[in-house]
Amino acid sequence: MTDFLATVGRVFLAFLAHTGRLSAFTATAVSHVVRPPFYPRLIMREMIEIGYFSLPVVGLTAVFTGMVLALQSYSGFSRFAAEGAVATVVVLSVTRELAPVLAGLMVAGRIGASMAAEIGTMRVTEQIDALTTLSTNPFKYLVAPRILAGTLMLPFLVLIADIIGVFGGYIVGVYKLGFNSSTYIARTWEYLMPLDVISGLVKAAVFGFLITLMGCYNGYYSKGGAQGVGAATTNAVVSAAIMILVFNYMITAMFFGK
Amino acid sequence: MPPKIQLTGVHKSFGPKVVLDGIDLSVARGESVVVIGGSGTGKSVMLKCILGLLRPETGSIKVDGEEVVGLSSRQREPVMRKFGMLFQGGALFDSLKVWENVAFGLIQGQKMERAKARDIAIEKLAQVGLAASSGDLFPSELSGGMQKRVSLARAIATSPDIIFFDEPTTGLDPIMADVINSLIVKCCKEVGATALSITHDMASARKIADRIAMLYKGRLIWVGPAKDIDHSGNEYVDQFIHGREDGPISMELRA
Repeated sequence: MTDFLATVGRVFLAFLAHTGRLSAFTATAVSHVVRPPFYPRLIMREMIEIGYFSLPVVGLTAVFTGMVLALQSYSGFSRFAAEGAVATVVVLSVTRELAPVLAGLMVAGRIGASMAAEIGTMRVTEQIDALTTLSTNPFKYLVAPRILAGTLMLPFLVLIADIIGVFGGYIVGVYKLGFNSSTYIARTWEYLMPLDVISGLVKAAVFGFLITLMGCYNGYYSKGGAQGVGAATTNAVVSAAIMILVFNYMITAMFFGK
Repeated sequence: MPPKIQLTGVHKSFGPKVVLDGIDLSVARGESVVVIGGSGTGKSVMLKCILGLLRPETGSIKVDGEEVVGLSSRQREPVMRKFGMLFQGGALFDSLKVWENVAFGLIQGQKMERAKARDIAIEKLAQVGLAASSGDLFPSELSGGMQKRVSLARAIATSPDIIFFDEPTTGLDPIMADVINSLIVKCCKEVGATALSITHDMASARKIADRIAMLYKGRLIWVGPAKDIDHSGNEYVDQFIHGREDGPISMELRA
């Protein structure tokens, strides 16, 4: 019984310690994002890495999501003769929900993992200590550019995903389900409001922040060689994915909750 | 004039494990002190405390008479500029070219122009016996000995007052180890730097030290001039420098 209580206590204390460390890390990281000196070259490099090189995977995700959404809602809605709503369903689902969440999850797998692995390897090979001895703050040099680039580039990616996703729905709607092209486009615009797109972009910015934060945090505190870096990579992706889903609900509730 | 580095009563432990148990050590200006000791005796922890990468629980560490324990990262910046460090594994930035590694402290720390920093980097590479053409390679394209040289060039690039050497010869063949030792002696002389090294390689310690200190179980059990190391009268030191299995130091095989 005492063993059991001791285990519960240990787990709880470890959780508190972890939460405290993450909060301190986040505060330090954000304070370095807004204070000079800045490293424009590094920010640029990370923006290209996150924004440009994620385009293929985000684009593919978006086009197939839009296509399957058109197909599913058509066959589902035809049961109560609401096929006409397909275009509206596609554009609202994609902009509000599917583009930010799916792009976020894909980028978490791509970027979160590589950041954790890179920074984790730098940690275990003492490169982070070396930065400090060369009068360079590792938060400023490694963490701040990545977090800034992630927060800026995710909305850009999601905007692209919005367009491609809606286009995917259009392809299926017009060429497979037999909608009239101009009617489909008119339906797409009819009920779309700026807030639908804006809420999706706000989500994207938050997700970009979370993905890069978890990648940097897990890498920064990784230890113990190859195994430690592997664990850091896994934790970065899993924690980012869960946080994306949790924050997705909270932001949705903020925008559209009653 | 105050000593360049002065440690008084430095304690550091990780959880229940006491690593440094009251270290007192003073290093004079221009002097080269080598701390010897077995693996896991806390040599690296001591260096990291001085560098500010770890924070000791109690005790004082003074650099040029100025207390450095408990400084904020911003207050520490001018202190860090006095330091150069050669890491055990080299710790070269693998995403940067060799010359960018050497010039890193100049470009990022001192905001020097890249072209000018590059010239200095090439000059420092020549000082450690590397051709200018090696500057455009990446660290992964170099052998272990060459990586150590690049790392040494990086440590001296900003002409620091104090250079730390963390096991500079570990993992090198005996000849390359001697080359590195000679370079360390030469470079420290040229920039007039104070050196504090940790090693368990006695050949290296004899070659680069003015004074040697031995760390055992978190304390410095012997400190004296390098030439006295062979007749220290301390049986712990004797066992260590001759590398004998039997003696007062028993290897704790089960940690």
